[in-house]
Amino acid sequence: MPSGVLESILLLMAVVALARPLGLYMARVFQGQRTFLSGLLGPVERLVYRLSGIDPTEEMTWQTYAKALIGFSLVGVAALYALLRLQHLLPLNPQRFPSVGPYVAFNTAVSFVANTNWQVYGGETTMSFFSQMIGLATQNYLSAASGIAVVVAFIRALTRRESKTIGNFWVDLTRTTTYVLLPACLVLALVLVSQGVPQTFRASVQAHVLDPAAAPAGGSKAAGGGAGAEQVIALGPVASQEAIKEFGTNGGGFYNANSAHPFENPTPFSNWLEILTLLLIPFALPFTFGAMVGDRRQGNAILAAMLIIFVASAGFAIYFENRPNPLVAAATADAGGQPMSNQGNMEGKEVRFGPGISAMYATATTATSTGAVDSSHDSFTPLGGLIPMWLMQIGETSPGGVGSGLYAKLILVVIAVFVAGLMVGRTPEYLGKKIEPYEMKMAVLYLLIMPLTVLILSSSAVLIPAALAGISNPGPHGLSQILYAFSSGTNNNGSAFGGLGAGLPFYAVAVGVAILIGRFWMMIPVLAIAGSLAKKKIVPASSGTLPTYGPLFVGWLVAVTIIVAALAFFPALALGPIAEHLIMLAGGKF
Amino acid sequence: MRPSSNNADPTSAQSAKSVAPAKSAMSNTVLRQAFIGAFRKLDPRREVRNPVMFLVEVGSVLTTVLFVQALLGRGEAPAKFIGQVSAWLWGTVIFANLAEAIAEGRGKAQADSLRRGRLDTMAKRLHRPDRRDDYETVPSQKLIKGDIVLIEAGDIIPGDGEAIEGVASVDESAVTGESAPVIRESGGDRSAVTGGTRVLSDWLVVEITANPGETFLDRMIALVEGAKRKKTPNEIALDILLAGFSIVFLVVCATLLPFSVYSVAATGHGAPVSVTVLVALLVCLIPTTIGGLLSAIGIAGMDRLVRHNVLAMSGRAVEAAGDVDVLLLDKTGTITLGNRQAVAFLPAPGVTEKELAEAAQLSSIADETPEGRSVTVLAKEKYGLRAPNIQGTNVTFVPFSAQTRMSGVDLPNREIRKGAVDAVKAWIGGATGGTDGGAVPGAVEATVVQIAKDGGTPLTVAVRDAHGARALGVIHLKDVVKGGIRERFAQLRRAGIRTMMITGDNPMTAAAIAAEAGVDDFLAEAKPENKLELIREHQQKGHLVAMTGDGTNDAPALAQADVAVAMNSGTQAAKEAANMIDLDSSPTKLIDIVEIGKQLLMTRGTLTTFSIANDVSKYFAIIPAAFAGIYPELGVLNVMHLATPNSAILSAVIFNALIIPALIPLALRGVKYRAASASSLLSRNLFIYGLGGVIAPFIGIKLIDLVLVALGLS
Repeated sequence: MPSGVLESILLLMAVVALARPLGLYMARVFQGQRTFLSGLLGPVERLVYRLSGIDPTEEMTWQTYAKALIGFSLVGVAALYALLRLQHLLPLNPQRFPSVGPYVAFNTAVSFVANTNWQVYGGETTMSFFSQMIGLATQNYLSAASGIAVVVAFIRALTRRESKTIGNFWVDLTRTTTYVLLPACLVLALVLVSQGVPQTFRASVQAHVLDPAAAPAGGSKAAGGGAGAEQVIALGPVASQEAIKEFGTNGGGFYNANSAHPFENPTPFSNWLEILTLLLIPFALPFTFGAMVGDRRQGNAILAAMLIIFVASAGFAIYFENRPNPLVAAATADAGGQPMSNQGNMEGKEVRFGPGISAMYATATTATSTGAVDSSHDSFTPLGGLIPMWLMQIGETSPGGVGSGLYAKLILVVIAVFVAGLMVGRTPEYLGKKIEPYEMKMAVLYLLIMPLTVLILSSSAVLIPAALAGISNPGPHGLSQILYAFSSGTNNNGSAFGGLGAGLPFYAVAVGVAILIGRFWMMIPVLAIAGSLAKKKIVPASSGTLPTYGPLFVGWLVAVTIIVAALAFFPALALGPIAEHLIMLAGGKF
Repeated sequence: MRPSSNNADPTSAQSAKSVAPAKSAMSNTVLRQAFIGAFRKLDPRREVRNPVMFLVEVGSVLTTVLFVQALLGRGEAPAKFIGQVSAWLWGTVIFANLAEAIAEGRGKAQADSLRRGRLDTMAKRLHRPDRRDDYETVPSQKLIKGDIVLIEAGDIIPGDGEAIEGVASVDESAVTGESAPVIRESGGDRSAVTGGTRVLSDWLVVEITANPGETFLDRMIALVEGAKRKKTPNEIALDILLAGFSIVFLVVCATLLPFSVYSVAATGHGAPVSVTVLVALLVCLIPTTIGGLLSAIGIAGMDRLVRHNVLAMSGRAVEAAGDVDVLLLDKTGTITLGNRQAVAFLPAPGVTEKELAEAAQLSSIADETPEGRSVTVLAKEKYGLRAPNIQGTNVTFVPFSAQTRMSGVDLPNREIRKGAVDAVKAWIGGATGGTDGGAVPGAVEATVVQIAKDGGTPLTVAVRDAHGARALGVIHLKDVVKGGIRERFAQLRRAGIRTMMITGDNPMTAAAIAAEAGVDDFLAEAKPENKLELIREHQQKGHLVAMTGDGTNDAPALAQADVAVAMNSGTQAAKEAANMIDLDSSPTKLIDIVEIGKQLLMTRGTLTTFSIANDVSKYFAIIPAAFAGIYPELGVLNVMHLATPNSAILSAVIFNALIIPALIPLALRGVKYRAASASSLLSRNLFIYGLGGVIAPFIGIKLIDLVLVALGLS
């Protein structure tokens, strides 16, 4: 069996098995019902409300909800920016790192508040523990919780009749954090520690290097230069950050090398577990959705549509990465080396993982807007690398980030239902709510923002010499690097193709802007639709109603997801990875 | 509500005669005028209302400029290529305009025939609502709301109004296409008169209820011409979606220029993609097919309604008809034939059926009610009994009266009565001197109860002769459910529409008829205000309700219903409360209206799917061609093996242009609607228009490419 296939199958089985109970648990949490953790966490929740002066019974209109969300996030951006700029004055900085530069601080602040975690810095060489824990990890929790809050408000709107309000942002935020994210991350952090992930305030250990030439490239720093007889190995509170990095689909690593670093991801099991946990909440939310709207079939249909695209993408990526690059194979053979046909494309991959599961990791991390990496996507085969890029370009919907994936999918459902609803001779409706011009305007706005941002910023990058200087490969691969960067930023993924000089002021600012647009401009139309749907009546279903479940609708939803994205990105992809692949097959090089 | 006098097939020659000249709709005149209209619509101020086609027009202008530049020898591509692309882009705009112009032209043809009926007439305006008062002659256009006019035999009714005095027979064929005159009288439910119709006999005093330009006929003309057509909410929503797609594709094409500049620099060969190719790609990708046909679909939907002799007051009402999931139907005339009919003679013990039939027939000879006639007919058909010609002084007919609740005949040697069982019982009792009614056998009583239970009406027949007074048996009168109505309701049920019967009958009778007709529910002993409550109740639960009405007391319910169809024979109040008017006054029309509404929405949805699905193949045609110079390797994507890059792009553009006129007939006719569940409709339409939309252009583009090569145009 090709590398990674068995692990991937076990992974999918585990995801589906765990997603259901977690999804149903979350449904109880979001509906304010008692759970087995209520006795323990109820007092914590009430303490939060009392300390922050929140009235948990207050209901918000969509505008108030959006203002609370965006205000809260902007304060988060400002606070994180200030914290990073002032980190040299703050405690818990054993390595005495200086203040973070303004471009990087802006980019990082935006990126973490927007659940993107696009990292233009090396964590272990830039950020103090205070910045990592109080700055970055806190935003990892809050950004994940606010994404979930938006989708909870959306689902609630679908179930309400003629209501002006869609819930309370502070309550959704607090309950998500206390009942879902904190307990889950606590468990995961402990398991990761058992695998060898450090959790300490100790800054580093000194190691004597036996063979200086073999010192690993990432995550360590040769001290003193010269012969390098000593190596400084950075430590820190890694496990706690690693847990929310996966569960919150954040992806921002403690170390520069992210999950390729042996301290973030020491073993094949930790690797498997990280993929599992980053997929878990996104795949659990459809169950939450089904339970909250009172019709499990609706949730199952969305889950099925997500799974179809996800499994197919993973299959393609694993297939392409299990094949060696023909040019490398030929070059090796020319040089008299062993044929590499059994190893797949190992360039840029960790030997302890292998090509298959690394491709699975790449699929999972880009399908969920996590952006953590355990291999270099830049070194994937052209089509193997196209899959992660494409998964972001379909709008992070299969399954997408925590909360953001489901609401993005629900926007696609609105489009799918609109056209399919007409085809059965009714003005379109979803779960009994009529889809009218206002919803359409907001849904189309949502769908426009992402491709427009990616395409316009990418095309300006290829025209600006300062930006072109950032690419490390000429030819179609250089275009792929730029496209990938903006697809990743706008879709709040945060993974990097690698090879692009993302720290250049142009990219730090342009990607920062893309992240902001991709997060908040897209949340506003979602909440606007929620507000409008909540006000409507619920039309009872009959046999004349378009069924939004079952194989036919699932297939249609998959088609809409693919078509909406494929039509926007196919030409650019043709000039990037597709051209590169065809040239590679023809034996061409750059 | 009254049964319709004209249940004729709406497409029959009779109803098409004046309103819908169906056959001539696509006549040469219409087509010629449509062509002129198509060019006139190129005016950018008009075109901008349709963002998709406006974008194509801008592209056409741009390529025309590039063409001129190429002729001058400084072109970015051969003039022959740019010229052809430009010509076909103009063709795309004109074909789309043509679709709209043809749809409007068909409406105009109808409007013209309507307008002929609206000759400027002179009206006799009275000072006071009194026939004998003096009148002054004023042109009908000068009449305003509240004016009182006198209309006498031969006059044309000068405007919409309400008869306040008099009775007259009116020829309304100008509006309805129905040649049989109708009665209009003051008071009651037949008081509304329509401007442009003609009084044939007698006279009416009418109060005008519409100002000039607002009359029924004016509104009708405006609607069928499309002049007053506002976009419906659903059209607006679809427009937004199409505009969204267009914006994405605009940016996709615009950003391809820098991407291709980069690629040229990276590979060192080829040239950046030309503006002509980008414009061609843009026009092929944006949803021109549905964008070009959308307004034609809307106009054609209204037009189809007019062909069914229904006037919708707004396009929105037509869409709402597609959404309706509860139909309130009056029993009489819609579900049952107008009147109860005799279906069986059930004799008392010791009486033959023939004896009973004979007695029943005798008692009904003078009974001119439909029920009475049906008794005579049944006796004749079943027993070959001819009504004897009994006349003379010694024969007395006893007409039905509310007091006796019986009718009958007194012959020299016997008296026959038929009527409600207790009335007949009392008559027998009175005749025999007793009061117990013992002369009505228990078997007869049992039959009576059984008939009532089955929803029929029992009439007891009794005779008094030399042998005394006794009951002969029972006539079973029954509401006759219309043929085929049960199947129709079953179809509606499959399409998710509940039918509800409204009747004044008692619950037992109503239940029996409801069961026989196959309606989902019924409301018995209904009063007009119950209808209103019922509609509110359903709407509260989120249902959309449709109903038909004609009387003034139906007006509140009509105003409340989501789709309200007023009979043209109904009162002005009913017509004003409704959002559709059925010129045939046919109660079953509601079902047709629902189907037309669904068909309209389906046509929109399927052509949108088709239009977007087409893009897949266009990419395969254009992308390899556009970048052939930079990345010849992309030629692998040229799965259609199109001859040259230029022929590939031209073929895609030509296919994109020609598909519009090819689909005009479908847009005007509407896609086929079958009453079926939503999921079976979806799978059928996805298969035909989704999958077909992906495959068809592969074939079409390849064929066009072959033709272009053969003609040497590539």
